[in-house]
Amino acid sequence: MNDEQYSKIVNNYAPSSPLFTDMLKAFFAGGILCLLGEFFRSFLISADFSVTTASTWVSIMVIIIAQILSGFGIYEKAAKYAGAGFSVPISGFANSVVSPAIEYHTEGLILGLGAKLFTIAGPVIVYGITSSVAAGIIYYIGGLLK
Amino acid sequence: MNYLWAFIVGGLLCAIGQLLIDKTKLTPARILVFYVISGVFLTVIGVYAPLVKLAGAGATLPLTGFGYALANGVKKAVEADGFLGIFTGGLTATAGGITVAVVFGFIIALIFRPREK
Repeated sequence: MNDEQYSKIVNNYAPSSPLFTDMLKAFFAGGILCLLGEFFRSFLISADFSVTTASTWVSIMVIIIAQILSGFGIYEKAAKYAGAGFSVPISGFANSVVSPAIEYHTEGLILGLGAKLFTIAGPVIVYGITSSVAAGIIYYIGGLLK
Repeated sequence: MNYLWAFIVGGLLCAIGQLLIDKTKLTPARILVFYVISGVFLTVIGVYAPLVKLAGAGATLPLTGFGYALANGVKKAVEADGFLGIFTGGLTATAGGITVAVVFGFIIALIFRPREK
């Protein structure tokens, strides 16, 4: 058996590309999370909430559930399988707020817990606000040109 | 139909995030920042609002949706309050999510202790 034949056999038994399976897992995990969110959002809209209010409530519920699960260490375990499926949605953001804060709780309430809440939320909010101001300037100039 | 789109769009946005994590050396923190900025950008060029209409939570729950809420809020505020809206719109629209994430995160971090890895 030469090298080529050997690698052919090995390839047959090797698991399919980890990238593809990773993406598939992320797709299903993220998709199901969003599907559940949409069930709740549609329910709120049917109960006369405005579209924006309903979306905000869904985000708030997802944040709360994710942070409770993070407290028990369940979110991280699930995220190991789901990958980006659980880190890209707002639940991943909620998890990134709470887990460093739990981790550094022992270093004090101010510079431990208080500061570490913003380890990842900080940059997200800094770049979010800055880009929203940039967007605001564009909208403002757009309004002047009308 | 709405539910199907929520699943597909939400799933795809996450799959793209996975592709970025696996193919580039971007950490999840960088992906989150990248998603928020992308969400603002896609909203300004008019792509994201139709996506939210189509997929609902499938477009609002991924962190691009946070960018959408920021940009959409700033748009409304500029229309209502003019120049001041540039500075007030983004945080006003996202205040609910940010406040809950911080306050509830604070409470949870007070209650729970770090666990053994």
